[in-house]
Amino acid sequence: MTRRPKHTTLAPVLGESDPALSLAQEIEARLSRLELSFNAHGFDAYGVSRDSLSAGMRVMGWLYRHYFTVRCHGIEHIPSRGRAILVGNHSGGYAIDAGMAIAACFFELDPPRLAHSMADRFINRIPFLAQLASRTGQITGLPQHALQLLEDERLLLVFPEGTKGTQKLFWNRYSLGQFGTGFLRLALRTGSPIVPFAYLGGGEAVPTIANLSFLGKILGVPYVPVTPYLLPLPLPMAGELRFGAPLRFSGTGDESQSAITEQVELVKACIADLIAHGLRDRDAQPAVVSSPRD
Amino acid sequence: MKILITGISGKLAQKVALELVSRGHSVTGIDRRPWPDCPPGVQLVQTDIRKPDAEETFRREHPDAVIHMATVSYLTTRRDERYRINLGGTQKVFEYCERHGVQQALFVGRHTYYGAVPDAALYRSEDEPPMALESFPELADLVAADLFAASALWRSPERITAVLRLVYTLGPSLHGTLASFLAGPRVPMILGFDPLFQFMHERDAVASIILTLERKLRGVFNVAGPQALPLSELIRVTGRTPTRIARVLHPLLLGRFGLPRLQSGAVAHIKYPIVISDKAFRQATGFSHQYGEYETLDAFLAASPPPVRSGAHEEPIASPAPRD
Repeated sequence: MTRRPKHTTLAPVLGESDPALSLAQEIEARLSRLELSFNAHGFDAYGVSRDSLSAGMRVMGWLYRHYFTVRCHGIEHIPSRGRAILVGNHSGGYAIDAGMAIAACFFELDPPRLAHSMADRFINRIPFLAQLASRTGQITGLPQHALQLLEDERLLLVFPEGTKGTQKLFWNRYSLGQFGTGFLRLALRTGSPIVPFAYLGGGEAVPTIANLSFLGKILGVPYVPVTPYLLPLPLPMAGELRFGAPLRFSGTGDESQSAITEQVELVKACIADLIAHGLRDRDAQPAVVSSPRD
Repeated sequence: MKILITGISGKLAQKVALELVSRGHSVTGIDRRPWPDCPPGVQLVQTDIRKPDAEETFRREHPDAVIHMATVSYLTTRRDERYRINLGGTQKVFEYCERHGVQQALFVGRHTYYGAVPDAALYRSEDEPPMALESFPELADLVAADLFAASALWRSPERITAVLRLVYTLGPSLHGTLASFLAGPRVPMILGFDPLFQFMHERDAVASIILTLERKLRGVFNVAGPQALPLSELIRVTGRTPTRIARVLHPLLLGRFGLPRLQSGAVAHIKYPIVISDKAFRQATGFSHQYGEYETLDAFLAASPPPVRSGAHEEPIASPAPRD
C-alpha cells in the first residue's frame, strides 16, 4: 500500500489555526448526536463513558485522518439507526482495522454511530486495556453481549476470523481465513442486516513476518507479532475502508450448520470482492486522496 | 398475613419488618442478635435458627410466609461458622416450613452468587451458573444456600418459593458489603481495572422484597436498581479517594494505610464486574426502582460524609459500617 501525502482535503475540516481544538469540538458535537443514552454524568448502561469516548476518539480521529489517512467508500450502506452487524476482514498484527472501522462510523456517518466491536476475551484480563475497552463500548465477544446489543438496536462490529485473522503474515494479508458462523445465526435470530466491509492497509501498517506465541503467553496475550523492524509498531501506511451493500438473510438461526455455512460463505465472498475492488482501484490510482466528509 | 423473618436484626430485615407492620401484617422475627429498638408491632424471638426455640416459634405462630434473611458474609464470620449459619440455617428454615405448613417462603440472596470472572457476560440472567468458586471459596456457602433454597421449587412444588438475588444495597443505614467497602477514606482499586458496580437504594430493596411477598412470586429472580456505574465513579461521588494498587501488591497493602481488608478471592470483585439482568423480576412484578444511581450514592454520602483531611493523618468520619 502506498503512502499518501499528509496534507489532504481533510485540513479544512480540522481547522487551520488550532486543529486539535477543532477536532475536539467536532467530537463533542458528534458525541451529543450518538444514539447512546448517557446518564447525567455521562455513562451508559454498558459502562460506556462519554469522557473516555471523547478522549479515545481524539486519538482515533488523528490516526484515521492523519496517520493512516483512511479513505472510506460506501459508508451510506450502514443503517443510520437500528441494529446491524458490520462484518469485516482482519489483517496486520492487531486490530487496526477495528479501530478504523469504529472511527469511520463515528466520523463519517451522519448521525454518528458507536460501533461495538466484540473484543477478544483476553483483553478483559489486561490492565488498562480492559478498562479502556469497557469505557469505550468494546465489550467481550460473548454471544450474550452480541444479542443484548442488537436487541438494544446498537451497531455491532464483528471479525469472524477471530485472532487467527490478525495473525496473518504480511504475504497473506489479503487472504481470508476460516469464518466463524456465530454472527450469521445471530443475524438471523435478531433480524439484523449484515454490512460486509473490507479494510485494506492493515497488513502494510504492521507487516508481520512471524508471531511469537511463547512471548504472548508470558504477556497474557495470544501472540506477539514480529515485524522486519522487530517491534510491532504500526507504520503510517494509508488505509482504505470499503463497505458493501447490506445483506439480509431469512431464517430462524436454528438451521443446520451446513445451511449456515453456505450463507457465511456468501458473506465471505462479498468481503473478498470488496478487497479485490479495493486492490484494483488502488493499483489504478495509487496516490489519489478523496475522503468523503460530512 | 402472618410473616416470620429470620435474621430480623439485620438492618435490611428491620426495614422490611417495619414496612410490613405498617402495611398491617403481623411480624415475628428470629435472630441471635438483639434488636434494641424493636417496635411493639414486631415480636422478636432471640435464638439461633438451628435451635429448638426457633422451631417452636414456627409451631406456635404458624406463619403464612417466611422471609429468610439470616445469612452472613465472609466479612464478618469465620468459614466453619458461615457454613453452619448459611447452609445449615437455610436447610433448617425450609425443614420448618415443610413441617409447619408454611405456604410461602422467600430466600433473600445476593448477586455475588454469579461470581466475578473476566469472561462473564454483563447482565447475567437467572439461568447463568455460579462461577469463580475455585478462586473465591468464601462464597461457596452462600451459593450452596441459594441453590438449596431454589431446589425447594421442585422439592415442595405446593409451596410458593422465591429466591431473590439482590445487588449491593446502599443507603443511610450504611449496611452491607458495599457500604463497608466504601466506609474508609481510601478505597482500593486494582491498577488498570475499573469494573461496573451494580447497587440499589435499601428502600428499593425493601420494596422489592415486599412486592415478591405480596405478589406471591414463585421462582428465582435477579433484583437490581438503577444503572450500573464504574467503581471509580462510586468512589468519586462518595467523596472517597481511590487508591490504585497493582494486583501483586494487594496482599501487602490491604488492611493497612486506611485501606479495608479484603479476602484474596474478593479482589476479583474489584477487578471484574458482576452485572445482572432484572428483566424477569420487573416483568413479573412491575417493579421499578425509585432511587437513581446518584440519589442512592448521595444517600450514602449524607450518612457517611467524606473524611476531612487534617494534618498528615486522615481519619474516617464514619465509623465502620455495621455488618450483619
